[in-house]
Amino acid sequence: MWDFIWNDFLVTGEPLIYGAMASIVLVTVLIVFVLTYFKLWKWLWDEYLTTVDHKKIGIMYIIAALAMLFRGGVDALMMRTQLALPGMNFLNSVHYNEIFTTHGTTMILFMAMPFIIGLMNVVVPLQIGARDVAFPFLNALSFWTFFFGAMLFNISFVIGGSPSAGWTSYVPMAGPELSPEINQNYYLLALQLSGIGTLATGINFLVTILRMRAPGMTLMKMPIFTWSALITSIIIIFAFPILTIALALMTMDRIFGTHFFTLAGEGMPMMWANLFWLWGHPEVYIVILPAFGVFSEVISTFARKQLFGYKAMVYAMCVIAGLSFVVWVHHFFTMGAGAGVNSLFSITTMLIAVPTGIKIFNWLGTMYKGRIRFNVPMLWALAFIPNFTIGGVTGVMLGMAAADYQYHNTYFLIAHFHGVLIAGTLFGMFAGLTYWYPKMFGHKMNEKIGKVSFWLTVIGFNITFLPQYFLGLMGMPRRTYTIEPEWMPLNLLSTIGAFILAGGFVIFVYNIYFSARYEPREKTGDAWDGRSLEWATTTPVPHYNFATVPYVNSHEAYWDMKETGATTYDESKLEPIHMPNYKGMPIIMSAIMFVASFGLVWHWFWLAIPGLIGVIICMVIRSFDYDEGYHVPIEEIKRTEEQARGRKE
Amino acid sequence: MSEHTEHSESSIPVKHIIGFIASIVLTLVAAYTTVMSGLPVPWIIAIIMILAVIQAVLQLVMFMHIAEKNPIPQYGNILFGFFIAAVVIAGSIWVMSFGMSDMDMNGGSGEEHSDH
Repeated sequence: MWDFIWNDFLVTGEPLIYGAMASIVLVTVLIVFVLTYFKLWKWLWDEYLTTVDHKKIGIMYIIAALAMLFRGGVDALMMRTQLALPGMNFLNSVHYNEIFTTHGTTMILFMAMPFIIGLMNVVVPLQIGARDVAFPFLNALSFWTFFFGAMLFNISFVIGGSPSAGWTSYVPMAGPELSPEINQNYYLLALQLSGIGTLATGINFLVTILRMRAPGMTLMKMPIFTWSALITSIIIIFAFPILTIALALMTMDRIFGTHFFTLAGEGMPMMWANLFWLWGHPEVYIVILPAFGVFSEVISTFARKQLFGYKAMVYAMCVIAGLSFVVWVHHFFTMGAGAGVNSLFSITTMLIAVPTGIKIFNWLGTMYKGRIRFNVPMLWALAFIPNFTIGGVTGVMLGMAAADYQYHNTYFLIAHFHGVLIAGTLFGMFAGLTYWYPKMFGHKMNEKIGKVSFWLTVIGFNITFLPQYFLGLMGMPRRTYTIEPEWMPLNLLSTIGAFILAGGFVIFVYNIYFSARYEPREKTGDAWDGRSLEWATTTPVPHYNFATVPYVNSHEAYWDMKETGATTYDESKLEPIHMPNYKGMPIIMSAIMFVASFGLVWHWFWLAIPGLIGVIICMVIRSFDYDEGYHVPIEEIKRTEEQARGRKE
Repeated sequence: MSEHTEHSESSIPVKHIIGFIASIVLTLVAAYTTVMSGLPVPWIIAIIMILAVIQAVLQLVMFMHIAEKNPIPQYGNILFGFFIAAVVIAGSIWVMSFGMSDMDMNGGSGEEHSDH
């Protein structure tokens, strides 16, 4: 028994891992102590763990995303340290493989995804004049399945060992023949578990946006961020089932001995790559489109102009959504399919640059002759345009099948996708968080510290990744854990850049703490002289969002309201507001799913089967839950609104 | 949990139960055909594909309200769904055959994939 725990269950023999274990135990003890000492358990349960309020769920998503950004960032620093000099002995090859696998998986699925979903949660209902999302219970369930999926993935490095076959988890490397240990099971089940949440979120937001818009708000009068959320939800609904199936098939290969992707038994290993990228390419548009939406909002607000080419933006996103499903083979041109296959996918890949280019010109057009304010959200948006364009253009270079045979799996590729994901998604999320921060927390983030963080991040980002284009052209392959001496100068430069980039992140997080303590509180709900409906609410936003929902005439609803002097509090039209009750079921059900998944990871059916039965029991209980929510009485609305608005008049 | 609770005349959702049972039966028939029937492979493939199409139509009618009058975006999404289904299935078959049907003239590596 102890033998099993020491040799197989826990990861042993690695000083860095012992350090990690010690810090996990310390942090857990600290959190439990603080919660107990300040008697916060009940507050935490009542206000956050059981909440169905989209604003609180959004905040929890964003906190989780920042935590995962820290984890993925530490992985990145460890890799860059190992690659700084030739012959470094900081990480051994196995450990290095685990680190790049968890870095990639964490950053895409547990950082970028929750960050965009978090912003969507906070902002979309406010932008369309809704009181909550269409399915508040499901929304809470989405968050908790994501959260427990992320935890399942993150415990792997101390319990059982991390997956080590790359974030793409290609077979046969990840299959049962070459990875007989349980490590890869963590990848499969963690993604499966959090994928449930993502798919449910997609459905939730599609329904919310189609069914719950304010009166008068036709589709073409929606704010552009809501449009990006709508298109993203549609892509999620069509792309994530492909991942679900692919993961399920590989799980059966690994746990039940089937032969979908194995080398033996007529399996097709490349079919995994095919299915993975059928999901994987739409996935990169899932994480970039909401960032495009954020930039559109930010640039329009801070250039003090209406968004240039609103309709062109909408159509460009629709075209991107369609094209995103027909380019996937460009991730494995070197599989060696015939000229017909590779040519077709080269052409579709280049086509995607057209709608993206349209969007770039629309942003420039929005800024043209605008009276631009250089606040921190706008700085992120301004830095995005050139940096993302470099990443995008190198993507077109990679998209040419013949040339790709040279670039494939070199650092040129690494530099490209970090160029689009950091300059696109991450800058977009930082812009969005800074922009909507006053709406979420009632105060802005400090501008001075924000600018320091911004410049460190942008400079660090370029020092890190520009050299990698050249390293790629010099022939440095990705996923190598040692470097040749002639690659040293640029690698060292890249490592220095990575630490500057990390400095930018640390200061960003410090700014959250600093601003909470010292920034002046917002007096109105309209922190940036905004244009869309979320700025029409008071700050802090009442839990029912809108006392009365205004009639919408254009995609800049609040701008119109400011001209006519209308508010979201029309005393003559008050009615009791129907709101959902908080529920403990989502977190409990997700925790049971976590236990069941953990059992499957270890092939412990005595744990997995009761776990799955527990999930089904939860579903049955939920089916017989006839709770219809409650109504907020008019007196309470009056009291809340007058208190919030009293300060203004 | 949404603002309106829609119940038809009877409280038992007959349509959904029929759809649910029919889906299970169709799936079991497909599983039986594949695992135990012992038919030749082309027959099995044809049968399970027909069963799949029947089940897809069944679910669209019984669960997805396709027969009801829908607003425009719904039709757009349904059409997009058909497009994606076609891309995933036809695209995967084409890609995983390595596009070899176009390359009969080349010989060489085409042989091992001649059974596309």
